[in-house]
Amino acid sequence: MDTMKVGQSATIISFTDEVMSLKLLEMGCVPGEVVTLERKAPLGDPIAISVAGYLLSLRIDEACTVIVSIHD
Amino acid sequence: MANKKIKVALVGNPNCGKTSLFNALTGLNQKVANFPGVTVDKKTGLCKLSDAKGNEIDAEIIDLPGTYSLYPKTMDEHVTFQLLCDPRNPLHPDITIVIADASNLKRSLFLCSQIIDLKTPVVLALNMMDLVKKKGLEINIPMLEKKLGIKVIAINAREKIGIDELKQAISEDLTAPRADFINIRAFAPEVVDLIKKTIHVNSDYVAFQIANNYELIPFFNANPSKKEIIKSFLDEHKFNSSHLQAAETLERYKILTDKVIKDVVIQKDAIQSKQFTTKLDSFLTHKIFGYIFFLLILFLIFQAVFAWSSLPMEWVQKGFQKLSEVTQTSLPAGFFNDLLVNGIFAGLSGIVVFIPQIAILFTFIAILEDTGYMARVSFIMDKLLRKFGLNGKSIIPLVSGVACAVPAIMSTRTIQSWKERTITILVTPLISCSARIPVYTLLISMVVPNRYVLYSINLQGLVLMGLYLIGFLTALLAAFLLSFVLKAKERGYYIMEMPVYRMPRWSNIGITIVEKVKIFLFDAGKIIIAISIILWFLASFGAGDRFKNIDQKYQRTEYTSTLSSQEIKRHIQAEKIAASYAGSFGRFIEPAIKPLGFDWKIGIALITSFAAREAFVGTMATIYSVGEEGSHESIKDKMIADINPQTMKPTYTLAVGYSLMIFYAFAMQCMSTLAVVYRETRSWKVPVLQFIFMGLLAYCASFAVYHLFK
Repeated sequence: MDTMKVGQSATIISFTDEVMSLKLLEMGCVPGEVVTLERKAPLGDPIAISVAGYLLSLRIDEACTVIVSIHD
Repeated sequence: MANKKIKVALVGNPNCGKTSLFNALTGLNQKVANFPGVTVDKKTGLCKLSDAKGNEIDAEIIDLPGTYSLYPKTMDEHVTFQLLCDPRNPLHPDITIVIADASNLKRSLFLCSQIIDLKTPVVLALNMMDLVKKKGLEINIPMLEKKLGIKVIAINAREKIGIDELKQAISEDLTAPRADFINIRAFAPEVVDLIKKTIHVNSDYVAFQIANNYELIPFFNANPSKKEIIKSFLDEHKFNSSHLQAAETLERYKILTDKVIKDVVIQKDAIQSKQFTTKLDSFLTHKIFGYIFFLLILFLIFQAVFAWSSLPMEWVQKGFQKLSEVTQTSLPAGFFNDLLVNGIFAGLSGIVVFIPQIAILFTFIAILEDTGYMARVSFIMDKLLRKFGLNGKSIIPLVSGVACAVPAIMSTRTIQSWKERTITILVTPLISCSARIPVYTLLISMVVPNRYVLYSINLQGLVLMGLYLIGFLTALLAAFLLSFVLKAKERGYYIMEMPVYRMPRWSNIGITIVEKVKIFLFDAGKIIIAISIILWFLASFGAGDRFKNIDQKYQRTEYTSTLSSQEIKRHIQAEKIAASYAGSFGRFIEPAIKPLGFDWKIGIALITSFAAREAFVGTMATIYSVGEEGSHESIKDKMIADINPQTMKPTYTLAVGYSLMIFYAFAMQCMSTLAVVYRETRSWKVPVLQFIFMGLLAYCASFAVYHLFK
């Protein structure tokens, strides 16, 4: 997810960190869900994505654990 | 007949309007205590209800910490888990109200579906229906009730709409949901059956939750043999908690998406192009305007806490002065008069004086939280402060600390991560607060020449600025080092919702201020009063007949004929403080503080400063018998003229002055800060650690400075 550019959308595929994934799952980041990178903080980190109809912010090292398929 | 009593738990995601609903249900009938054994605040309130027959019911509403699921990850969530999943818990609710942000329906219903499966009576309060409308959506409530099998009530917690309907719903005899939302037994049938048998619970899901977190259930800690059975049984059946949690979460979301949301949420209008929040965010998190705006907000907070609070603080001090004068003259002189005036009133005044700053700072904090801007502060400041082991939100306590550490430390509550919050609490008192200003200015005026360097820079001003800078940089450095030393109790996340912007609600802000002031007055206040009575005792009594002898000495004609009664009074005060227990203590510690250049008189001031750092000036005035009315100039002159009996040189040299300033910059000499740290961390560990680490830092730094300038 950390390679996404602002405005890009992607579909969540899977997670690389089990503990982190539990937190993300319960907040609605489930595989198959479409996310959009809405904005980055001025210093590039954290980032804000829209998922399941709301805005979620997370640090880059947290976003790294989410494998997504970026839409064209 | 006594009223029927019920316990109602309030559960919901963060930012779903739970606090607004709690306030709407209970008004000012709120109490803050802590859950037994943990550091989490327990907020409860009373709500009067009446059932269909007109019988009154007293409902105790328990506001549980915001959470996204029942699986406990943080200390706050442990509490929610223990309350809801352990039927033996004394606070286990009769009814649970799940409050949901209707504009985030799927995520909110996820938590609700877990609570439905606990099989205790549940009501769903659907909040923020206005936002649903704005999104061009509509929610079919009867359909939602049918799908979930529980009562659903649309409310607007901020506008207090639907509250009566909700009250009516919880006053009826509710039955537990009949159908399971998901079939959890299918995930681990043997384990569920065993737990149901062992501790007699009737819900499959409660059994499943307990299997995942049996360490948190007091029943098993009291029955180690049963705990052992469960443990080996789980191992035997290869019960993989993380896997099952993930599977359960996916299953719930799948049902919610396919079977609930699809039939309940109706798309009415096309989605409005750009939402207000998105537009505002592109300004408020902008790389230039975002910081400019935040700087303005910080400046405003700083101004308010610093300047606007000074007038009410003066009223408090004047009021107590008046009260003391009246008491002193109207009551017979003696022990109790002195205890009342100089011990208790002085302590009370020292507590009440903080109220203006606390109220003003929390007005701002509540507005920042209520509007949703606080999440953006974190967003734009996180990367800068993370390097120092701090959170983006730490900037607010750090800046407020320039005015006073007490409200600043109370404001760290908005930081969720335990580690980042503890570090912020530990380093905030290193920021030079306003109580240090009188000490700094007195010492600077004594030892730093009032001249200009480089034509335009005032040397005294430069030193003052240097002291502030040293405080700030040391705080950052200490935070950086602490981030390696401190072991996190739980895994910290940044992951956080950025809520939509909303107008603040003044009633919520008012209740926040009342709550914070109450916490400070009653929890920290107790400790402050106790310490100030001890300090009064140390300064007002001496060993043996010392005080009596001083009084007798000044009754002799050689004094009464040559000195005015005012002068005699001052001389008596000066000799008494030297003869007091504080004075003895000052002499006792003199060998220890001598390497810093301090004598026993400074030793006394170090002790009395514990009431508040500015007490240094007053104590010096007493010791050098200039009287309390003595002006700044006269104290300064007396101190400059003081000669060290051993070296026959002035006591207050440049080296001593700098050493003392550095000591005041670093040492934890504030009982109110210690008391509030104790209250906020609910343990003596952090304040004691802080006292020691800041004391050592002050000692070493003063030692170095003294020898550098000597």
